[in-house]
Amino acid sequence: MSVTKLNPTSSVPDPFAGVDFRQLEHSLRRPRTLMDFLLSGLVTATTLSALVPLFSVIWMLAWRGGRRLSMAVFTQLPPSAMEAGGGFGNAIVGTLLMVTLAVVITVPGGIMTAIYLAQNRHSKLAEAVRFSAKVLTGFPSILAGVFAYGAIVLTTGGYSAIAGAVALSILMLPTIILTSEDAIRMVPSRMKEAAIGMGATPTQTVWMVLIPTAFPGILTGVMLAVARAAGETAPLLFTALFSNYWLWSHGHAQLMRPTASLAVLIYNFAGMPFDNQVELAWAAALVLVLLVLAANLIGRSFSGRQVQQS
Amino acid sequence: MASNSQVAPTNASVRETIFAVRPGEITQAPTRVQSLVDVAFRRLSFWFACCTILLVTFIVLRIAVSALPAMRHDGLSFLTGRVWDPNTGQHGIAAEIWGTLYTSVLALALGTAFGLAAALFLSEGYMGQAIFALLRTFHLHLHPFWSKVPDKVEDLLKQLIELLAAIPSVVYGLWGLFVVIPLIRPACNWLHLKLGWMPMFSTDLSGPGVFPAVIVLAIMILPTITAISRDALVSVPPKLRMAAYGLGATRWETITGVILPTASRGIFGGMVLAFGRALGETMALAMLVGNANQISVSLFSPANTLAALLANNFPEAGPKEVGILMYAALVLLAITLVVNIFGALILQRASRSAAE
Repeated sequence: MSVTKLNPTSSVPDPFAGVDFRQLEHSLRRPRTLMDFLLSGLVTATTLSALVPLFSVIWMLAWRGGRRLSMAVFTQLPPSAMEAGGGFGNAIVGTLLMVTLAVVITVPGGIMTAIYLAQNRHSKLAEAVRFSAKVLTGFPSILAGVFAYGAIVLTTGGYSAIAGAVALSILMLPTIILTSEDAIRMVPSRMKEAAIGMGATPTQTVWMVLIPTAFPGILTGVMLAVARAAGETAPLLFTALFSNYWLWSHGHAQLMRPTASLAVLIYNFAGMPFDNQVELAWAAALVLVLLVLAANLIGRSFSGRQVQQS
Repeated sequence: MASNSQVAPTNASVRETIFAVRPGEITQAPTRVQSLVDVAFRRLSFWFACCTILLVTFIVLRIAVSALPAMRHDGLSFLTGRVWDPNTGQHGIAAEIWGTLYTSVLALALGTAFGLAAALFLSEGYMGQAIFALLRTFHLHLHPFWSKVPDKVEDLLKQLIELLAAIPSVVYGLWGLFVVIPLIRPACNWLHLKLGWMPMFSTDLSGPGVFPAVIVLAIMILPTITAISRDALVSVPPKLRMAAYGLGATRWETITGVILPTASRGIFGGMVLAFGRALGETMALAMLVGNANQISVSLFSPANTLAALLANNFPEAGPKEVGILMYAALVLLAITLVVNIFGALILQRASRSAAE
């Protein structure tokens, strides 16, 4: 595009003197417009093709996993090699148990930390805590397993549901801290000021005003963390290991024994040369994805309800 | 408080105990117990915050201490050795480091191409404008229901791309094993047949290998790149965009000349974080990369990564091997920590400069 130079001293300024108007024509015959059109088409095609894997995964899960889904799958134990039938009831129980334990471990500390961060927003410590939470967000999940192996499995002397839950809780912690802090910060400041104006101590303000108001946002964070933890395999591989038996045996829950989980079951069965196991792996993948999506959707449904700073 | 009590979900009994309103008085100073509880609670939240930093330090130290015997025994030759043979006691992770970096770089290139395109598509209003134009031809663009459709479709598209991140990596591994590998195998073997003289295609794809792993890895990091790039693109000041359009620039001249350079720091930060995620990704790679201890530039040969090495060897490791695997974990930790801290710093600076 040629540029018109305006000369303020000249008596007859013609602002369009050097403009080639054909250059501005919006038609595919012009190289500029053609380039624009082609690149736009490329971006559209690329974006739509990025969604192909998503639909392919969903289709395969529904087709190969849905075919095998039945009540037996939820109530029976994993089959051994060459055996027909079977299910993964113990793996569902194990996944739910370990995620619940991880929530119990993480939520109190995570929310207390979030309260500190929201109350002391600009202190040096808050900056450092926020930074380490962000670093933990990008922490490879397998290293959480390595840590739990070193800290729990080696000291207690065996693979256990507890070790698996500790590994998962390390992955949940940053999500809970960062989303809860955001939720608490979003509470309208007039509500906080009103409480302080009434003579409430900071603690009373936190418990009676901030937490109840930010509760939907905090729940969102917890559910998103649950969704992430439920699908994790790497941290459970050598902390909870796997088990072919029910968690509840000999009259009490075997928390200190190896525990089955859906994710590890998929990993183990996917590599097996038996059709029955591979089919079960697909069915387990369908159940796992449904669990994760349910947690995601429940979490998102809360996030719209919070009173926001206006 | 009266007007706010409608908003805040307080119930009457709780309000009574906390504010303890005496007749004729609206406010009161906190009692001794209340102020003691206040101090205690604030101390407690302070300690919990400190614990987060301590936890990160403890994780690093715990892995480092467990790796110490192996570090003393093997030293730096561990990083350069190519042989992994538990029987002879030879351990080297050069092949794993190479495999980790090679797959991650390729996945980043592929993921960025698709992720950035999706971010542009979502932030530049392609979908919305197309649907709006379609609605206008039917004279529906001012209709109370149909006029909201463009925004809704864009939102749906954003959610679908985010959904890619919600699928567990082991499910991607399963999908890669039973869908991607059979699908790309004929094409890969044809490439090997025709272009076998190029180092990248020098072997054929017999099953698991670098290329299927890279495809799945790229799909897994795509949502990260799209989300962060979209944030960076949307936060470009509208007046810059309008100024470019006002000067007569086409949409793509605006994108390449104004929007991408302005948002480049945020996009780069997103790429670095996605790279960190690719480096640490375990399950999909453990299932798809083939677990072969070799250094090769061929896209179709099996390889191994640090995370996959840990996943495969930890469950049946003896006490001595655990120390060596801890050393490998420490190397992985060091690489990902550097990449992640670098990415977090870039994004922090990008958001700070956007705020100014």
